[in-house]
Amino acid sequence: MATTMITTLDRSSRAAARGLSDISIRNLFIIPTVLFLIVFNIFPLIYSLGYSFTDFRASTNAPANFVGLQNYRDLLNDPYVWSNFAITAKYVIISVAGQLLVGFGVAMLLNRDIPLKGLLTTLLLLPMMLSMAVVGLFWKLLYDPSFGIINYALGLGTFEWLSDPKMALYAVALTDIWMWSPFVMLLSLAGLSAVPKHLYEAAAIDRAGPFYTFFRITLPLVAPILMIAVIFRTMEAFKTFDLAYILTSQPTTELISIRLYKMAFQEWQTGRSCALAYIVLIMVLAITNIYVKYLNKVKER
Amino acid sequence: MAAVRTSSEIGFNRVAIVAILVVTLIFLAPIYWIASTAFKPRNLATTIPPTVVFQPEISPFVKLFTKRSQLRSPPTPEEYAAAPWWERVVFDGGEKIVRDGKGQVQWSGYPSRFLNSLIIAITSTVLAVGMGTFTAYGFSRFKVKGEADLLFFILSTRMLPPVVVAIPMFLMYRAVGLNDSHIGLIILYTAFNLSFSVWLMKGFMDEIPKEYEEAALVDGYTRMEAFFKIVLPEAATGIAATAVFCFITAWNEYAFALIMTNRRAQTAPPFIPSQVGSGLPDWTVIAAGTFLFLLPVAIFTFLLRNHLLRGMSFGAIRK
Repeated sequence: MATTMITTLDRSSRAAARGLSDISIRNLFIIPTVLFLIVFNIFPLIYSLGYSFTDFRASTNAPANFVGLQNYRDLLNDPYVWSNFAITAKYVIISVAGQLLVGFGVAMLLNRDIPLKGLLTTLLLLPMMLSMAVVGLFWKLLYDPSFGIINYALGLGTFEWLSDPKMALYAVALTDIWMWSPFVMLLSLAGLSAVPKHLYEAAAIDRAGPFYTFFRITLPLVAPILMIAVIFRTMEAFKTFDLAYILTSQPTTELISIRLYKMAFQEWQTGRSCALAYIVLIMVLAITNIYVKYLNKVKER
Repeated sequence: MAAVRTSSEIGFNRVAIVAILVVTLIFLAPIYWIASTAFKPRNLATTIPPTVVFQPEISPFVKLFTKRSQLRSPPTPEEYAAAPWWERVVFDGGEKIVRDGKGQVQWSGYPSRFLNSLIIAITSTVLAVGMGTFTAYGFSRFKVKGEADLLFFILSTRMLPPVVVAIPMFLMYRAVGLNDSHIGLIILYTAFNLSFSVWLMKGFMDEIPKEYEEAALVDGYTRMEAFFKIVLPEAATGIAATAVFCFITAWNEYAFALIMTNRRAQTAPPFIPSQVGSGLPDWTVIAAGTFLFLLPVAIFTFLLRNHLLRGMSFGAIRK
C-alpha cells in the first residue's frame, strides 16, 4: 500500500524529493549488520548449544545421541579440565601483571619532554600490531638454549626456556608481556596526559614528596584508564591460543583454548567440546559485560 | 609548570631519557633480529656469539619463493656459469631449485599463501568497513530502541574466543562446502571486524556536527544525498583508520585460518609456522617470510600512529 503510494507520487513533488524517510534509512543502515552478526555469530552458537547435549563426533558418520547434561557434568568433574583452567588463570595473572608493570612504568618514563617522543612512542607500540602467531614463532629462535640471543644477552648459558615444563608458561607470558605492554603504555600515556598540571603545581607548593604525589595524585587519576587496560588484557589473555600453541607443546602450557582446540579438532569429541566452549563463552561474556560497563562509565566522565 | 626546576629533577629527567632509550632498544631487538636474520647467509643465522655485522644477502628471499632440494653433487662450472644470479645464490647454499619437466622453476607455498592473505584481508576489510560505516551512522544519528543493548550485542560478538566460534562454523562450513575456501574465511573475518568497525566508526560519526547535514537537508538534499555527499567525505579519515585496523586484524588472524583452511585458501599466519618441521629449520628463510609478512603492518602502524589509542580502545578513549 505504502509503496504504491510513493510510486504514484509525482517525481517533482516535495515528498518524493525528500527520498526515504529517516526511519527507513535507519533500518536500512542498521538491520543488515545485525542480521549478518546473528547469522554468522549467534546462529552457530545456537547450533553448538544443541550439539553440547549430544555425544556427536564430527569424525564419524554415527548419528548424534542426546545425552542431556552428561558432557557438562563430565567436564566439571574432570580434574584435567580444571588444571587447564588453573594454568589459564596463572597465565592471565602473570602476563597481565607484567604488562601493567612494564607498560605503566614505561609510560611514566615517557611522560615528559623528550626529543623525538612521537617516534619513540610509535616504535614502542610496534610489537602489539604484529601477528602473534608469526612473531611468536620467531621467539622460538630467540629462546633457543644453544644459539638464542636471549641466553647470550643475559649470560644464561644453555638455559631451557621452552622445553622445561616449569619455565615454559613463564616464557610464553614473557613474550606476551613484550607484545602487549605497549597497549598498557598507550592507555597509561593517555591517562597521564589528562592529569591536570595544576594539581602537580599545588603539590609542589605544599612540598609534597614524589611518593605522595604519585600515590595521591597520579595513580588515582590514571586508575580508571588502567582498569580498562587490565580488564581488556585479562579478557584477551584468557582467550590466548596462538602464542602458547606455537611456542610450546608442554602440558604445563595447555591453556583452556588449546584444550578446547585439541578436544574439538584432534580428538574430535565434538559434542563435549561444544559444552566446554559454552563454559568458556559464559566466562568471557561475564568479563565483557564488566568491560563494557566500565567503558561507558569512563566515557561519561 | 613550577617556576624553578631543582637540579635533582633535571638529573632524573636525564636518567629517564636514557632509560627510555634502553627500553626502546630492548623492545625493538626481536624485530631487528627478524629483519637482520632475513638477510643473513644460513651459516651465520645460528652462531654463538650472535652475528651482528655481516654482508647482507638476498638468498633467503630467493629460497623463500622457490622449491629447493639438497645438491647431491656440486654443480659443474658450466652449469654454475649458465645459471642466473638467483639460482647461483641457492647453489652457494648447497641446494638447487627444483624445476619441472619443462625446466620451469617450481614455486614454494609462500607466494600463494601471501596472495591468499591479501585477498582475504582486503575483501573482508572492504565489507566490514562498508557495512560498519552505514550502521555507525544509523546509531549515531537516529534514535534506536535498546541502543545500548544492541551495541553490547554487537561488541560481544567480537569478544568471543575464536575457537568457540570455530567449532560450529567448521561443522556448518563442512555441510555447505565452504571449508578451505576464500569466501568462508572472508565471511568469518567480516563478521569479526564488523563489530569493531561499528564501534570505532560510531565515535567518528559522533564527532561530525549534525548541523552539516541539517544545512544540506534545508538546501533540498535528501537524507541519502546528505549522507553520501556531506557525511562520508567528513568521515574519510575515520574510515581510513578503521580500514587499516580491520586489515591488520584480518592479516594477523591465526586461529580461524588454522582451523578453517589447509591448502587452497590457507593464509600466511598458519603457513609460516608449519614450515618449521622437525630437524633444523632454515631460520633465514623463516625470517625472510616473517619479514615480508610484517612489513605492511609496520608501515601501517606508522600511518596510523595518531589513531592507535582510539582504535585499540574501540573508540572509547580519544586524545
